[in-house]
Amino acid sequence: MSRQPYLPIALVVAGLALLPLGLTSNTVLNFLAFAMIITLAAQGWNILGGYGGQFSFGHAVFFGTGAYAMALLQVRFGINPWLALPLAMALGAGVGFAIGYLSFRARLRGSYFALVTLAFAEVFRISANAWGFTGGAAGVLVPLRIGAEHMQFADKRLAYWLALAFVAATLALTLALSRSRFGAHLVAVRENEEAARALGVDALAVKLKAITLSGAITASAGCLYTQKFLYLDANLAYGPWISVEALLAPIIGGLGTVFGPLVGAVVLLGLGEVTKTTFANLTGGAIPGVDLVVFGVLLILCVAYAPRGVLGLAEGWLGRLKGTRP
Amino acid sequence: MSALLSVQGVTKRFGGLTAVDNASLDVAAGSITGLIGPNGAGKTTLFTVIAGFEPATAGKVQFEGRDITALPAHVRAVQGIARTFQIVQPFAGLSVRENIAVGAFLRHKARQAALEQADAVGHQVGLGPLLDQSAGQLTVAGRKRLELARALATAPRLLLLDEVLAGLNPSEIRDMMPVVQAIRSSGVTILIVEHVMQAVMSLCDTVHVLAQGRIIAAGPPGTVSRDPAVIEAYLGHGAAARMQAQDIRQAESRGDHPGAPHA
Repeated sequence: MSRQPYLPIALVVAGLALLPLGLTSNTVLNFLAFAMIITLAAQGWNILGGYGGQFSFGHAVFFGTGAYAMALLQVRFGINPWLALPLAMALGAGVGFAIGYLSFRARLRGSYFALVTLAFAEVFRISANAWGFTGGAAGVLVPLRIGAEHMQFADKRLAYWLALAFVAATLALTLALSRSRFGAHLVAVRENEEAARALGVDALAVKLKAITLSGAITASAGCLYTQKFLYLDANLAYGPWISVEALLAPIIGGLGTVFGPLVGAVVLLGLGEVTKTTFANLTGGAIPGVDLVVFGVLLILCVAYAPRGVLGLAEGWLGRLKGTRP
Repeated sequence: MSALLSVQGVTKRFGGLTAVDNASLDVAAGSITGLIGPNGAGKTTLFTVIAGFEPATAGKVQFEGRDITALPAHVRAVQGIARTFQIVQPFAGLSVRENIAVGAFLRHKARQAALEQADAVGHQVGLGPLLDQSAGQLTVAGRKRLELARALATAPRLLLLDEVLAGLNPSEIRDMMPVVQAIRSSGVTILIVEHVMQAVMSLCDTVHVLAQGRIIAAGPPGTVSRDPAVIEAYLGHGAAARMQAQDIRQAESRGDHPGAPHA
């Protein structure tokens, strides 16, 4: 165990922070900012799914709640986005606690829990689509007001750095959590709930804390999404796309690891972009959904050959290079 | 010696099946108390009720004089009752040290203290050299030791051992018995469910015999093993009488032919 457990995080974040100094194209900056937002959503999922073993298929419910709360607090109530953001995160935490309380108290596990979260996300999506307060099918437009005090940046690098700061904080939080008593209890519940209870772990309380924290983090990703695109509708906020990306990134990067969601999101979105561009160049026109094919293939490859994700593979290779077994 | 654990008239029914029927037993503080009985007698069910994993249909469980019947399993663990599982339940994805540390975290908030405690307990049960191994790679004997270590790491006052010797070979059993005795010497009271009679006889101060859900005998192991009701429960109706008759015949034949070698 390293003496400086937080050093790798500091190095990776510093490296990512320096990227925009070399790469100045708008496309790259947009990609980087978007990748950080997806990373953040995936980091939230990873707390509950990766460390806690409770696979949610509906993290869109937290992402969307964060995104809508961020937009509506500004548009309907005139609240400053810097104040709206913590409120939206608290709302995401509340929704997480409520869903957790209903499903964990009913002892839902595995695929049953996954299906219930999927159902919650769909209920939220359909409601947001129908309700006038949320803008209905037309969605919500956040008025353009460039300026740091409105969390809207003319310089795309600033938007990226803001998202990176959230990712960095969550990296540190995840590491602290994995080394704490709560983290040990969470992993014990993932591995074997009965055995954990025998060792004095209050499994229900542990899972409730995890889903509440998870909800808050994924909601913050929704907030940043709103501020970046300034437009939302039900399919963007609560659509299955974000549930899928939030769970694919940690699975591909490395489940229940600190860096898994970050690595997974960058690999996933990077390959998606490359595929889209390549096919567009080859056929002379964009093929919508071709990146989803890549996601599917990646998932199959990961499940078959790299159950511990890209990080697990890398660890294995490093181990072999050093001549020791991992 | 006062009773650390007192089970009073506990009944557990699963639908129409009565697994435990009005069972009562006391476990004296500082003792190793055995719970034996034929397969399907309800020993493990009684254990799960004592540990709080199943609610009792009727009856009471008292620990240190307090009624704990309504408390969930994790609260009983906090109060000082730890159990092992008959079918071992390792956290397979974690190392041996991390497994034990989960138990140690019950009394230690800091990671460093919990890991140190895990190391100490690991060495105590003979897992010292395997602490960094993945728990999923342990042998059966290793997993049994891990069950014991995890429970012990919660610093219990009462340790419930559910067949920790089952599935071990004779030399592994010989290795394990001093470990159990050392745990008692350190001040932990033990209630043990066990099939390995050699172990029960040499370890236990008192033995309770459960058959078809009822306690049919209790007392020191030597007395209980000669109890006709116990012999019948294990070997079938009439077995006690047949064995007694056989003993008499053997005694007579020895008497008729002095000096003949024993059969």
